[in-house]
This record gives sequence, structure tokens and C-alpha cells, in this order.
Amino acid sequence: MKRLFPILSVITAVLLAYALYQALVVAPTDAQQGEVYRIIYYHVPSAWTAFLLFFINFIASIQYLASRKPSTQTAAKWIVLAIGVVGVIACFLPAVQKLIPAGMRPSAVATTVLAIPAFYFLVGKLFPGQRLDVLAVTTAEVGVVFCTIVLITGPIWARPVWGIWWAPGDIRLTSTLVLWLIYVSYLVLRRFSNSAQTQMLAAALAVFGALDVPLVYFSIWFFRTQHPQPVIGGGGSMDPRMLHVLVVSWMAFLCFAFLVCWSRFRLELMHREVEEAHAMESLVGSGVTSKASLPLSRSSR
Amino acid sequence: MNSLWAVTLATLMKDIRLEWRSKDALNSMLFFSLLVVVIFSFSFDPLAEESRHIAGGLIWVAFLFASVVALNQTWARELRNQVLDAYRVSPAPANALFLAKALGNFIFVSVLEALMTPLFVIFYNLRVLGPAWQLIPIAVLGTWALVVNGTFFAAMSVRTRSREIMLPLLLFPISIPAVLGMVAGTTSILTGEESAHFWIVLLLTYDVVFTTACLALFGMILHAE
Amino acid sequence: MTCAATNSIITVNNVIKQFGRFAALRGVTAEFDAGRFHAILGENGAGKTTLLRALAGLAEPTRGEILIFGRSSQEACRDIGYMAHPSLLYDEMSGMENLRYFGCLYGIVGDGRCEEVIRGVGLDPELTRPVGQYSQGMRQRMSLARAILHDPRVLLLDEPFSNVDVHSARAMVGLLKGMRDSGKTVFVITHQALLLEGVADEFVWMQEGQIVDRTVGLARTANSSPEDVQ
Repeated sequence: MKRLFPILSVITAVLLAYALYQALVVAPTDAQQGEVYRIIYYHVPSAWTAFLLFFINFIASIQYLASRKPSTQTAAKWIVLAIGVVGVIACFLPAVQKLIPAGMRPSAVATTVLAIPAFYFLVGKLFPGQRLDVLAVTTAEVGVVFCTIVLITGPIWARPVWGIWWAPGDIRLTSTLVLWLIYVSYLVLRRFSNSAQTQMLAAALAVFGALDVPLVYFSIWFFRTQHPQPVIGGGGSMDPRMLHVLVVSWMAFLCFAFLVCWSRFRLELMHREVEEAHAMESLVGSGVTSKASLPLSRSSR
Repeated sequence: MNSLWAVTLATLMKDIRLEWRSKDALNSMLFFSLLVVVIFSFSFDPLAEESRHIAGGLIWVAFLFASVVALNQTWARELRNQVLDAYRVSPAPANALFLAKALGNFIFVSVLEALMTPLFVIFYNLRVLGPAWQLIPIAVLGTWALVVNGTFFAAMSVRTRSREIMLPLLLFPISIPAVLGMVAGTTSILTGEESAHFWIVLLLTYDVVFTTACLALFGMILHAE
Repeated sequence: MTCAATNSIITVNNVIKQFGRFAALRGVTAEFDAGRFHAILGENGAGKTTLLRALAGLAEPTRGEILIFGRSSQEACRDIGYMAHPSLLYDEMSGMENLRYFGCLYGIVGDGRCEEVIRGVGLDPELTRPVGQYSQGMRQRMSLARAILHDPRVLLLDEPFSNVDVHSARAMVGLLKGMRDSGKTVFVITHQALLLEGVADEFVWMQEGQIVDRTVGLARTANSSPEDVQ
């Protein structure tokens, strides 16, 4: 573990530098937008990274809530499996394909739906018990940072291209803003709550947020059809060379996000260990003997 | 099932009776609503044609702020003398308490809306160009959307520091699709330019999704220490 | 004395309750027989209230478990009556109105039971004065009425005699003695142990989150602190 971190840091630094070089020098100039468009190589990967992190937070929160009782845990597993199976099949039914927004292929949607059970079981395996909650905090915090980058680079991009800082009907930017607001409120709740069940309250909020996101998306989508607005993100197909640089940039960002999350995760674990040590000290402190020994457990009860 | 509705009804009647006796929240809320309408009328002074386009937004923003003040009071009564402990210790279902509080808030906010709307109509010289009856489902579904999440998050905020600010902080981001639906739907009906059909369906979906989520998770919130 | 059936005991199994860094209960293990009057004594901060709340199901133990007649506190909620230092009543409603509402939570219909219980604690069911205007003694008695309304098998009372005049306190003790005699299990936290001398079947002494002694009378062998006995 200890050796891996510096190695990964170096690799990430190299990747980021390479991505920067690709973005600023190698990638071709855009026909319509000129050089300004190059901010896309920071804007879009940040967005994808933020969404991935929030998605992981959502999965971790659901598992954390479900892990309260064995019955809910089994039920949740079956529901998630069902979602995966039904979702994948549904994507290839003609009736459902009509509902898929233009520009998205059914196979892409199917893969996304399949990600839900895949991540669910992966996260459950790798992060037992209390570590689920630590993962939730970590991904929320780092996600908010990346989301902030998206929200800052978006208007910076829009101003020279469209002459406006913000378009309320821009579906992607506005959905991102709502997501950012939800997760900032999540972090505020964690900070301000002094209940013994803060972790569960926060998990509940994350679930509410996740339920909200599709509704946000559809409401803004319909609003935009009624009130057409400029699309800041830029639609349509992309030059394959640009796409290549975009993917490289995303890989670099993912490595960086992984490093930051790892550090934060370890920090939070250590913080909790210190708290547990203090609690243990208070438990056996004054010399009054207790009957059973109390192991310092890392995972939850 | 019997006990769920019996307890819900009993709790609702108890809350109404308590509210009626103390009249604290009621009086201050009425006056607050009037103030909001007056201030808005000074801040936005549009011509009749423009007013129809923005009145929808103004009305719902005013309702949103008024209801947040009302929602904060909801659980305050249960914290005095730790009465909530008496409920927690009893076999009464948690959802009955939630439904009773949500319904009570719904009634309360609806009363506020009923009082504020004529004032808005007067101050902005509003005339409805579209199908006016559609304003009713929008009002009902929209108010429930605010109230159901508001009651849930108010219960959550009770165990936080700065609980008055926690409620809007938690409620507003989650309510954005509902607010958009209410505002856009109302504007469509007032101007008569578009159909509000989609917005009514959106609000209905929102209500179903979040009422289910609240009922599923409220037990945990109630028993949190 | 009633003889205890196999499931007629309340077990506390190595219960630990932590609030962040502070441990209110530090490994409490005990068994309590049904149909007996247990007085819980100890200094402030000894963990008495936390133990009672854990028994009532209001404070979930961080570790360990509590079984009331073989079931968890939440499952046994119909068998539990809880009274705390705050009144757990609505100040703006009268006594009858309060009890009618709480009766509904337990599925009690009609006024008969409520009136009976209010008279049982020595108050008048016809009184329309809101509870908030009661004297402290009356309020404690009405709070007790609420706790016993659904005829629970176990009574958990947290300092029921505090700030109450001697006459009311003695009346309450008499009432509780009668409940114990009819087979109910009574737990009382109090700083006024002398009131319960001769009534309580045992005195449970708590200190720093643990039970340190259980005696039949008020005299303790070692570690006895005079401050606990007024």
C-alpha cells in the first residue's frame, strides 16, 4: 500500500501532463469555436468523474441503509438484480426505445443500467460495514470538488462562444447545478447533524437526491423543448481525434480522482480509529472492570 | 391498516386542535404571507401582458418561502416536553405520524395559498387566458410536493444545529423539479400559450416517487436519537 | 408474590451506550425478575437515565442487547410504560384530551379507561384546565396516568417524585406499590431513596455507567456513598 501511492502519484502526474499537452497542442482547432473549445478537455472529464463519484455515493448509501437488517439486505440485492435484468432487456424493446432521448444508443443505455448491479456487488464486496459510509463521505466530497470545476468551466466556456454566462434551459449544466446543490446540502447535513444516526440520515438524503436527478433531467428537457435555449455543451458528433484526447484526459482525471479519494478515505478511516480509541478509553478508563473484553473492530456490528 | 388511519386521523385532529388553540403559527403566517405579496408587488411592477409571464414564478416563490416558515413549526410542538418520546415508545406506526404531519401541513399551506392568491390577482391584475380548472391539480400536486418533502426534512433537521436554516438548505435543491413544474405549469395556464399537461404528469410522478420514499424511510428518522 | 415463568425476566446483556467519546453505559449486565419493584440509585451522570431509556427502546445500545420477556424493547412496546422528567404531555390540552390521544396510539377507544386512570392517580377527569397550567405535582401524576394508561406489564419511571410535594409523592409511592402487588414490574430512578424504603424489593446502585451493587435494604456494604441516601 505505502509504496503503491507514490508510484501512482507519479503515473498520474505524467498522465495529467500528457493530457494537458494533448489538449492544448495536439488536438485540432475547432472549425466553429476556435481555440476556446479546448476547455472541453477539462469540462467534460470533470463532469464524467463527478457523475461517477456521485453514482458510487448513491450505491454506497443504498447499501448502507440496506445493511441495517439482514432482510432488507437480501431484498435490496434482489431488487438491484431485477433492475439490471429488466433494464437491459427493456432497452431493446421497441416501445422503450422510443423513450430514449435522441443521440443515445440503446446499447449505451443498457450498459449504464447494467452498471447499477455491477457496482452494487463490487462496492458491497470491497467495502464492508462502516467502510460503506466512509466511501460515501469520500465520494461526496471529491465529487463536489469536480462538480464545482464543471460549473466554473461551463460559464467560462459559454461567455466567449454564446455571449452569455448561463442558459437556464441548458439541460446538462442545470442538471449539474442541481446535483451540486444536493450534494453540498448532503455535506452540510453531515457537518451540522449531531445525531447518533447522522450517517443514516445522510444516506437517506443521498437516496432522495438520486431519485431527484432523473426528474430534474426530464423537467428541464421538457422546459427546453418549450423554450429553446442555446446548448452550451455543444451537441452532435465529434472529430475522432478530439474524442481520443477527451478519453485520454478523462483517464488522467480518473487517476487523479482515485488518488484523492484514496487519501481522503485513509484519512477518514484514521480519524474514525482515533475516535474509537477515545471512546474505548472512556469505556474502560476509570479502572472499573467489565465482564467481557471489547475488541476494537473496524467493521460495523 | 385500521390503526394506521385511526392514529393518523387522531394525530391530525390533535394538531388542528392545538393549532387552533394557540393560533401562534396561524396568525404570524397570515401576516407574513400578506407582507410577502406586498413586497413583491413593490419589487416587480410589470404591465398586464408581462405580469402573466412572471406571476407564476412569483406566486410559487412566495408560497415556497411561506411554507418553509410554516414547516419549521411542525415538529417544534413535539419537542416541547419531549412528547415525541411518548409516540416513539408506543406501538403506533411511524408512518401514521408522518402522514398526519404532512396532511396537517398540506391543509395549513393550502389555507395560506387560498388567502395569498386573491391578493396576487389584485396586485397584478391577473386574468387567466388558459383553462383555469387546470390550476387546481397544479396547486394540489405542487403543494403536496413541497409539503411531503418539507415534513420529512423538517424531521431530519430537528436533530441538527441551526435547524431553521437546515430545512430550506435540504429542501430547496430536491424540490427544484417540482418548483419548475409548478411555475412552468402555472405560467402555461395563465398565458394560455402551452399545454400544462406534461407539468401535471411530472408533478404527479414527483409526488408518487417522493411520498413512497418518505414513507419508506420515515421510521428510521423518527427513531434516530 | 407471583412465580416467574421462563420468559418473565428482563435481561440486560453487556450493554454499552456511547455518545461520541462519552460512554454512558459501560458494559451493564443484569437480570431483573418480573413482578418486583426495583429502585435505581446513583449520582448524576451514573447512567441511570440512559439505562432506563435503553430499556424503553428510546436509546439503542451501541453494543449488547436488552430483552424484555424474551423480546426486544420495540417489539414489547405494548408491555412498557415510560415516564420521564419532562411531562411528555401537550401543554395546551386538558388531561382527558391528552389521555384520549395517547389512548388512541395504543388502540384504546372510549373515555372509560382514561377516566379510570385519571381518578386512579388522584386527579379529576372533568378538569378542563390545560396541563400546562397544572402544578408540578399534578403534572407528574398526569404523566404517570399517561404511562399506565395501556396497563403495561413493565413501568419505567425516571425521577417521578422530583419537585413534588411530600403528600403527592407518598400517594404516588402507594400507587406504585399497588401496581407491583398486582404483578407489574416497576423500575424507578430517584434521588429520594427514603421514600421507597420498605416498598422497593431491591435497590440497584449505579456508578459511572455500571451497576456496582444490588441490595435489599438501603444499607450498602462497601462503596456506599451517603449522598445517595437523603
